[in-house]
Parts: sequence; structure tokens; C-alpha cells
Amino acid sequence: MSRPMTGAQIVIKALKDQGVDTIFGYPGGAVLPIYDEIFQQSDIRHILVRHEQGAVHAAEGYARSTGRPGVVLVTSGPGATNAITGMTDALMDSVPLVVLSGQVPTFMIGNDAFQEADTVGITRPCTKHNWLVRDTADLADIIHQAFHVATQGRPGPVLVDIPKDVQFATARYRAKTEARTGHYQPRRKGDPEAILAAVEALEQAERPLFYTGGGVINSGPEASALLRRFVDGTGFPITSTLMGLGAYPASGRSWIGMLGMHGTYEANWAMHDCDLMLAIGARFDDRITGRIDAFSPQSLKVQVDIDPSSINKNIHVDVPIVGDVATVLGEMVALWEERGRRTKSEAVAKWWETITKWQARNCLAYRPSETSIKPQYALERLEALTKGADRYITTEVGQHQMWAAQFLGFEEPNRWMTSGGLGTMGYGLPASIGVQIAHPEALVINVAGEASWLMNMQEMGTAVQYRLPVKQFILNNERLGMVRQWQELLHGERYSSSWSEALPDFVKLAEAFGCKGIRCENPADLDDAIREMLDYPGPVIFDCLVEKHENCFPMIPSGKAHNEMLLGEDATQGVIGKSGAVLV
Amino acid sequence: MNALNIKRGSTSHSAYDLRNRFEERLERHVLAVIVDNESGVLARVIGLFSGRGYNIESLTVAEIDHLGHRSRITIVTTGTPAVIEQIKAQLSRMVPVHDVHDLTVEGPSVERELALIKVAGTGEKRVEALRTADIFRAKVVDTTLESFVFEITGTSEKVDAFCDLMRPLGLVEVARTGVAAIARGV
Ligand SMILES: Cc1ncc(C[n+]2csc(CCOP(=O)(O)OP(=O)(O)O)c2C)c(N)n1
Ligand SMILES: [Mg+2]
Repeated sequence: MSRPMTGAQIVIKALKDQGVDTIFGYPGGAVLPIYDEIFQQSDIRHILVRHEQGAVHAAEGYARSTGRPGVVLVTSGPGATNAITGMTDALMDSVPLVVLSGQVPTFMIGNDAFQEADTVGITRPCTKHNWLVRDTADLADIIHQAFHVATQGRPGPVLVDIPKDVQFATARYRAKTEARTGHYQPRRKGDPEAILAAVEALEQAERPLFYTGGGVINSGPEASALLRRFVDGTGFPITSTLMGLGAYPASGRSWIGMLGMHGTYEANWAMHDCDLMLAIGARFDDRITGRIDAFSPQSLKVQVDIDPSSINKNIHVDVPIVGDVATVLGEMVALWEERGRRTKSEAVAKWWETITKWQARNCLAYRPSETSIKPQYALERLEALTKGADRYITTEVGQHQMWAAQFLGFEEPNRWMTSGGLGTMGYGLPASIGVQIAHPEALVINVAGEASWLMNMQEMGTAVQYRLPVKQFILNNERLGMVRQWQELLHGERYSSSWSEALPDFVKLAEAFGCKGIRCENPADLDDAIREMLDYPGPVIFDCLVEKHENCFPMIPSGKAHNEMLLGEDATQGVIGKSGAVLV
Repeated sequence: MNALNIKRGSTSHSAYDLRNRFEERLERHVLAVIVDNESGVLARVIGLFSGRGYNIESLTVAEIDHLGHRSRITIVTTGTPAVIEQIKAQLSRMVPVHDVHDLTVEGPSVERELALIKVAGTGEKRVEALRTADIFRAKVVDTTLESFVFEITGTSEKVDAFCDLMRPLGLVEVARTGVAAIARGV
């Protein structure tokens, strides 16, 4: 049996036991004993952020680009409350995080002590689970259980609140292998009967479609490999949600682009007209379905998801399969292959003809300009100049995010980090830091809007301190572009508070932070400017001044069906009815 | 538990559902939820209901297995069939939840509620209150010259009916436990 250790030592020991190499955090009174332990070891690296929200998003970037849980350490009270947005973001996008927070000593809880907050109360709805540790003897078990819960089943953030006296008191350490992790054990294998029903349906389908989401990526590289084998084997078209980009390669022959509110014309029409929908690790979010009662009216729907509450929440599913994507896909592909790899290939070929006609609409076309940089053009050039690089992309939230999803191609999973479910402005810069920490040699670019970027710009200090060569590619339209677009379409062009005034000079700002600033406003200079950014060995803030009133198309207006989507040219005011205007 | 068998078009939960909501019939279900008896577990369950806009008609909770640290929460809720299935799925995926039983669909079950009912009055009303209590097999658990406290056990409807009859007879206060329920047989 091991000898007694302090709670703070147990925390560090448990993290090492779990294979943690990096913590993103910010110190304060209630976590000083843990910081003292961090100081006295060298296996775990602590990254000092500039704001706790930044720590959580950085941990998200780390987690999503590696598939391993991200770890955050914050102090009590304001440290914990600053972490709330990040945890909510991780909950919505199923990102595994373990957040450790300090708490006032147990004997002061409830007394409105200095920097006391009811952290487990506040974070209950924004974590998958949380714990308040009252006894040092439980600490090791709880930390091991926290990692178990964060990573098993549908991943998500968990929080462990550790009062300061619990960090000082001593107890025996329990290793990962002997820890009691509780009964939480989500099911991974699919129901064989449902899998058979799905395979029979796909053998009979005439207009089949794969609709995949972030669950494929969360399930791990094996899931993406199986998906590719399945899609290429069947020859069925595939679309994906924002969160699922990269699971199937953008250059793959069956790829028809992202679907949803700003998805491609062909993907949304295919969703509407298909007769078999294979939903894999995707949850029928309202950005995807548009108007629910007109959603893909003729299709038989198969859904594979590890979370039973994601099935039949918004859309009725005919063949539900609860299980891990990789496990279920493995069983499904094996069964389909064993049964002779049958499909209705003639009908599917006709279906492809229809899709090819939709593709010919060239829905992402935009009017080029010689005088101003179109944001789409900027992304096309960025794509062309970084293609083939070991590249990771993060984004902020807004028009630039949707254009990035439309114009950048993702060939591998875990290469695309964006805030989907919560739509958190301020996500991209700290996320890019977390990605770069995990992949020191890679090219990490945050495609940003100027307004979002300002929300966590203090993290540029973190990038400079740790010499992280992250590239901040800001599509600066001097507007809260996405808000402005909705005001144009919905609110009679009354642009209420949707422009960015008194913007900083981003080049000078870069200098002030001690990194490199580049500004570009002329399309003719763009390639050279991007190359300069890529060649510079340190962090760069790239101020790309783009067309100010460009709109992001295609767009399914709120309250409309997939087959009512707007392409650029027919967009006019008043297309969104009263009932649509109440929706977000 | 079958959380997945819902009729086509059960979609009343989405921001994009523009259909008339009244088409969907509300059902009353009694759920028995077996949870770890740890601090905050009730707050989690209640937070799930309030956060997602589900109804709670009644809720009771008590430890049922001291050594195993288990509690049983009995929840009476109403919702469309789709919402009821969502509630069960959402409860089932919570970390401290071991089991969710929908007693309304899992075969016959018995439901009981206990109430303490204070009735004040004198003369003929007092006699009538006592007579009614007798018919309902309510027990007198406290008495003064001007009041009774009755204890009644039964289905919620029976307790409702008893309260209705006591109102004109001087009902002053009611304390109800909410429904406890259990499946029949083994
Ligand atoms: C924290 C937060 N606040 C508000 C919003 C609402 N919102 C969505 S997009 C957007 C504008 C973003 O502007 P910018 O970052 O410049 O991107 P652009 O749309 O111009 O590309 C706003 C305010 C949000 N998503 N997140
Ligand atoms: Mg902008």
C-alpha cells in the first residue's frame, strides 16, 4: 500500500496516471496547493492562459485535435464562473474535458466566503457530471471517475470541485487500475436486428444518402476509416454536418459538401429527396433540418448514435441503433460485405445523375472583384496555398466560419475545430493555441472575424509566451457580419449595432503583443501576404480587409424547408415570413 | 425500457415545429428512477425537468437501500408520447441514474399517496367530517375540540375526492406526499 499523500499530490499523481501531459489553467488562492505541486514536477506542462474562458477553449482545441481529454485548472469563484462558457460549448459539441476547480475550505462552504461560488450548482447544467470532493480519501477515485465519464459514451465536460482543505489533508492514493469508477458504462454494440434492418434497407435503396456528424470523429480514427470503406464500397453520396467535416475526405468522389443552413444546394436537396437516410453520429440539429414537418419527407431514416436521447428528439427515426459509431459501423460493414456487397447500383447511378445536376448549379459561386478582397476568395487562396500542409483549422463564429466550412477542404478527421452547437464567438483563438500545443510542428490557422477575435484576443499573450506559431487569419469586414446579414434579410436593413467601430490597428496590436502583423486589402497582394504569413516562424495576426456587405449563401431561411433554400442571386428582403422571424 | 418506439412526426420539441401543438395528446406517466443516493442528485433530476421544460406533477424521493446508497425517485409527469420518451432517455443517461421504469407502460402497478388533512369545525359539520372519513377509511391522527387531523392513503383521485368533500366541512390545511408507485407481481 502506498503511503499517504496530500490532496494536491493526489491530483497530480492521478493526472499522470491518466496520461495527462498538459494542463491549461490560471492560479488563485483556492488552488495554490495544486500549483505548488505543479511547480515541483516536470511531467505535466502547465499552460498559463490569460482568461479562464481561454483555458477551456484551448483544452477543447487540444481534445478535438488529439481525441484525448483536455484538462483545465481554475481557481474558485471568478475562476470557475469564467470557465462556464467553455464548458457549455464543450457540452454542446461533445468534447471530453476534465475541469478541476478550487473551492473554499469545506468548513466555509455556504458562508459567502471570499471567492466562494456554488460551482457544482452553477455547472450542473453545463457539465456531463460534476463532483464536489468533501474528503481527500475520495479524491483519487473521483478524478479517475471524472476521466471515465468525460470520455465514455457521448464525450463531454466534467468538473471536479476541490476545497482547499481537501488539497492539504492527506489520504492514500488509489491508482487508475484500482479506482472505483461507478456503474456508468454506456452501451457500445448495436442491436444486431436493427443493424440487419439497416443493411437490408441500404441494399434496397434507390436514392440513399449518408448524413454524418461529429459523432464519427468523436468515435475515433477507426470510425472514419470504416465510414470511408462503407461509402466507397456502396458508392452512395455523403454529406456531413459542420461538426463532422473531415471524417470523409472533401476530395473523395462521393462527397457532396456540407448540409444545413449554409450547406450546399446539392446536399440539402439530396437530404430532401433521398429515400434512405443513414444518419451516423449526427443529431438532427435545427441548423440541419430546417422546417421539421417538411424535412426529408420520403426517406426511411436509420440513425446510429451512442446517446439514446439524440434519437427521436426532433425527427422520427425508423431504424434507431444505439451504440458507438466505430463499433456499429464495423458490424454493419461486415454484414453488408458478408451478404455480397449488394446495392441497387442502376438506381443509385440515376440518383447520382440527379445530384450532378444539382451540383451544376454551382451554389458556392460568388461575384469576384478586382478591387476588394471577397472573403470567399481569401479562403480559396488560403486553401490553395496551404493544401497538402499538415494543417489544422479553427474558427470563430459568424459568416467567416460558414465560408471556411464551405471553401476549405478537410481530408482527415480532427483537423477542423469550430464552435457548432453553442456558436461561441471567441472560441477560435484559444482553440488554435490548444491545437498548436498538441501539434507543435503543424500549421494551425484560426479563420476569424474581427468581432469574434476581439472577444478573447488577450490569449495572443499566451501564444507569444509559449512561442506558438498560430496564424490568426482575420476576415475583417468591420461588421458583425452574420448579424448584419440577418438584419438585411429580416429587419429591413436596419443595422442595429452590427458594425465594428473603433477597431484596433491589428498590425500595431500584433507589435504590441510581440508578434507579427500583416495587413492586406488588395486582391492582387493577397497571395504574397498569405505566403508571408505562412513563412513567418512565429505567431501572426493577419488583418485581411474584405468586402463589407458580402452575404453568406446558400442559405435556408429560418422556418423553410431544404428545397426552399436561397442561392445568392434570388436573395431578397422579405423572403423570411413572420413565423420564421421568431426563430434563431 | 424502450425509448425508441415513437410514432411518426413526434416533433413538438423543436424551434422549427410550426404545426398545431394541440394535435398531440398529453399522457400521464409514472416513472420510478433508481439513483445513487449522493448529494445533488435530486437537484440534477429537477434541473433536467425545469431546464428542458418538462412537467412535474408530483415527485417523491427517499433512500430505499442504505447499504447500497440507492434512492428511489417517483415522478408523475405529463407530456406527448415523444416527450415522455425523451424524458426517459434523458434520465437514463445521467451518471447517477441506475434504472428508469415507466410504470405506466411496464404492466400493472399500484399507486398510493398519503395525505394529512386538517379540518376545523364544531357541531354537525364535525360529525359529518368524521362520518366521511370513516367511509374513506381515513384515520384520525390528532384531535382537539375544534379540529381533526386525518391521515388518508390511496390513489391521488381518492385523496382529491376526500379533500373536495372536506372543503365545505372546514378543511384548513393539506399535506400530501405525492405518488409512490410500484409494479404488481414479481
Ligand atoms: C458570444 C457570442 N455573442 C454573440 C453572438 C451572436 N453572433 C453570431 S455571429 C456574430 C457576428 C460575428 O462577427 P465577426 O466575428 O466579425 O464575424 P463575421 O460574421 O463578420 O464574419 C454575432 C454577434 C455569438 N454567436 N456569440
Ligand atoms: Mg466581421
